[in-house]
Amino acid sequence: MRGRVLVGAVVVALLLPVVPLLAWAVAGSWRYPDVVPGRLTRRGLDLVLEGEVVAATLTSLAIAASVATLACAIGLSAGRAIGLHRFRGRRLVQFLLLAPVIVPGLAVTLGIQVFFVRYGLSDTALGVVLVQLMPTVPYAATLLGAAYANLDLDYERQARSLGAGATRTFLTVTLPLLRPALVTTALLTFLISWSEYILTLLIGGGQVTTLPLLLFSAIGSSDRTAAAALGLLVVLPPVLIVLAVAGRLRGREQAWTGLARG
Amino acid sequence: MSLLTVRGAQRVPDRVRIWLLLSPALLVVGVFFVGGVGQALLQSLGRQPFLGETDWSLDAYRATFADPAFRASLVLTLRVVVLSTLFATVLGVALALLVRRHARGPLTTLLQSTLAVPHLVGALCIGLLLSPSGLLSRLAASVGLIDSAQGFPVLTNDAFGWGIIAEYTWKEAPFIAVVALASLTPAVRDLEGAARTLGAGPWRRLRTVTLPMIAPAVAAGSVLVASFAAASYEVPRLLGQSFPATLPVVALQRFNDTDLLVRPQAMAVATILALLSLTLVAAYLVLVSRLTRRAL
Repeated sequence: MRGRVLVGAVVVALLLPVVPLLAWAVAGSWRYPDVVPGRLTRRGLDLVLEGEVVAATLTSLAIAASVATLACAIGLSAGRAIGLHRFRGRRLVQFLLLAPVIVPGLAVTLGIQVFFVRYGLSDTALGVVLVQLMPTVPYAATLLGAAYANLDLDYERQARSLGAGATRTFLTVTLPLLRPALVTTALLTFLISWSEYILTLLIGGGQVTTLPLLLFSAIGSSDRTAAAALGLLVVLPPVLIVLAVAGRLRGREQAWTGLARG
Repeated sequence: MSLLTVRGAQRVPDRVRIWLLLSPALLVVGVFFVGGVGQALLQSLGRQPFLGETDWSLDAYRATFADPAFRASLVLTLRVVVLSTLFATVLGVALALLVRRHARGPLTTLLQSTLAVPHLVGALCIGLLLSPSGLLSRLAASVGLIDSAQGFPVLTNDAFGWGIIAEYTWKEAPFIAVVALASLTPAVRDLEGAARTLGAGPWRRLRTVTLPMIAPAVAAGSVLVASFAAASYEVPRLLGQSFPATLPVVALQRFNDTDLLVRPQAMAVATILALLSLTLVAAYLVLVSRLTRRAL
């Protein structure tokens, strides 16, 4: 009985902050101190279908997909070295791949922003994709390194001895074996990019408008319905993705989703 | 490793191949991360790239430390980091033990969904919940606890940082819970069973078996929580005050100052912030390794 009460309290505590978000998204008017909105509206829905929001959604999707693809490719390469080899300098490499997770991205990006301006990368989507590699590549390399460490190399050897070339072995043997880890990594890096605000603002200069940027300015305005509707639009894809893959993640991998910060 | 070299081609030495495989990742980390930290440091010491002015000085640091606003922001940042990490860790471990005991499936799903919520949305949610006209204030008014929104305690954009701490705790306690659950393996249960057979009560089992077993993973998770609490910009920007603000907010305020002479100060704050995160992590790791050794 006491257990059920505790579980109930936890569920309420976890869900409570989301309640006003859902309510404001459909609230036409909600006077203080009413506990429920007085009038419902579909203005929030209309708002997320506006051209500006649709364009920002597409920009966010394109940037997140590019970041995820690049981070996975770079992570596959580095992961092979980290997961399969013991070499001099391995600890240093691991430290370098941990440091960007620990040191604030804002502090790092302030210093190089002037170089993005100088080389014409500021205010461009390309610049935003490049700067977002900084928080994503370390995760991709670490996760895929762990996957490589569990890889049975005998499969590759057999493929090679049967006459498959390096490329064919990679595409038809290694990649399918790494697929679960690769899917997790792709989703995780996608989420990091999708949620990123400050790096996009610093390098995109407000010219590259992603959804978090629209959401931030909506929160700053007094239109709570707009902010809540945009908030739902930003939060839905990550939650759906995590729920969809949650069943197939093992314990440690589940924890990694918590690192999709931003 | 000869199997991975192209047949008939010259065999590439392992050492070269390893560094070739690593080079794209090292390029990213080297250019953006090492370059970024290095540039923040250089620019804080008076070097301005592309302007040709280089007079090395510690003026930016002197000005920064002399500024009462900076000192207030340092205190606020440390308070937010320590309290958020403490609350998230204690609640997260309690949550994990509760989930293991009562409701593994549905609650785990709920924890994971909370993990996926971007902090920007989390800040919006906490704002709509805790602000003077937020949901909690409405609930308090409807049951007659307060007369008006003015009667509700100021929990967002407050000087103490409660709103910021609430957001971090709400988002990070489930993270710690998931980390702890992952290390609560069947082996831990076996050990707890053995302790029970030997006559250890529930508290003793928790203190001497369960907590030491999950401590390393939880400690690592807490380090990430602390570093995130020190690093985030949007949460303190939306839920805190602009004075005193946390260090990331101060860094960006100075960076955006129209007076370019303030730029080195922005870089000094950024450098201090980077050092602070690294120090926090190092101190914490040392502390935890001592604690776990003693407990075991």
